[in-house]
Amino acid sequence: MLKYIIPLVLFIIMAVFLALGLNLKPNEIPSPFINKPAPEFSAQKLNAPDERLSPADLKGKVWLFNVWASWCQSCRAEHPILNQLAQQNAVLIIGLNYKDQPVNAKNWLDTLGNPYNNNIMDQDGRIGIDYGVYGVPETFVIDKKGLIRYKHTGPISAEDVQQIFLPLIAKLQTEI
Amino acid sequence: MKHLLLILFLMISGRSYAVDTRQLLDLKQQESYETLTKELRCLVCQNQTIADSNAELAADLRRQVYEMLEKGKSNDEIIQFMTDRYGDFVLYKPAFKGKTVILWIAPIVFLIMGLITVFFFIKRKKTSINLQNRADSLHMNEDKQKKIRSLLENGDIS
Repeated sequence: MLKYIIPLVLFIIMAVFLALGLNLKPNEIPSPFINKPAPEFSAQKLNAPDERLSPADLKGKVWLFNVWASWCQSCRAEHPILNQLAQQNAVLIIGLNYKDQPVNAKNWLDTLGNPYNNNIMDQDGRIGIDYGVYGVPETFVIDKKGLIRYKHTGPISAEDVQQIFLPLIAKLQTEI
Repeated sequence: MKHLLLILFLMISGRSYAVDTRQLLDLKQQESYETLTKELRCLVCQNQTIADSNAELAADLRRQVYEMLEKGKSNDEIIQFMTDRYGDFVLYKPAFKGKTVILWIAPIVFLIMGLITVFFFIKRKKTSINLQNRADSLHMNEDKQKKIRSLLENGDIS
């Protein structure tokens, strides 16, 4: 009897581990920033290089910090979703134009629409490093106190908006 | 002989170089730069260090390491800077702590499990061989005894 039970148990253990492995997403690295203050920056605005924006200016507001670039294919897929989200006026959307040429970025916004309340430039990727950005697009949700509450890696889908972003934003808007 | 030589030369030439090399003034800093870039993971290409990878992010992180060394930051400060931003995953050699303990312990556990299995396997095989031998010798004795008995009873016919 034992002769059959041992291989069966081994098989089940292996099957469980493999099943867990199938559902892991090695590309999604847990962010160490959750519930920590959004790292400081003072960066030039894309549409007005003379003006600067920093997280301190956004204190008291819930905002999305969306990392994007015109060379990024997945950002193209994400863009219509952001446009729809912007129409709902539920949240401020700040764009981090990551390692991009301003001309290309402006072109992109002119042709595909501009969901952003503001865009800042990070041509050499330093703000990206401060936010632990390793793939574009990435989106941070930042609360009224300036704490990062959620990080989304990869393009946001319509389901993500309905299931994750809108409920979280609604909750954060009620916080003081 | 020709082929042998060719193989030999091919083996000798297999030296790899880092994707880019920066020159720091201080020899000790240079050493730090080289060890650090080999300890930090490129997060885009996951199974390469930032020294090996020529992904853009790896280049940016190398620049970051270089600049921090230039400013006189210590290795520990730079590692801390990176883990603050990218988490433990950025370390090619994970730190020994609660979350990563299974990574460090698992190989030893598997080795011990393997040794135990081999031990019992050999032991079982040995006893089964011994039993087999004894059965064989008993069997032979029986045959011989039969022959002896028949010789005793009937005498040598041949």
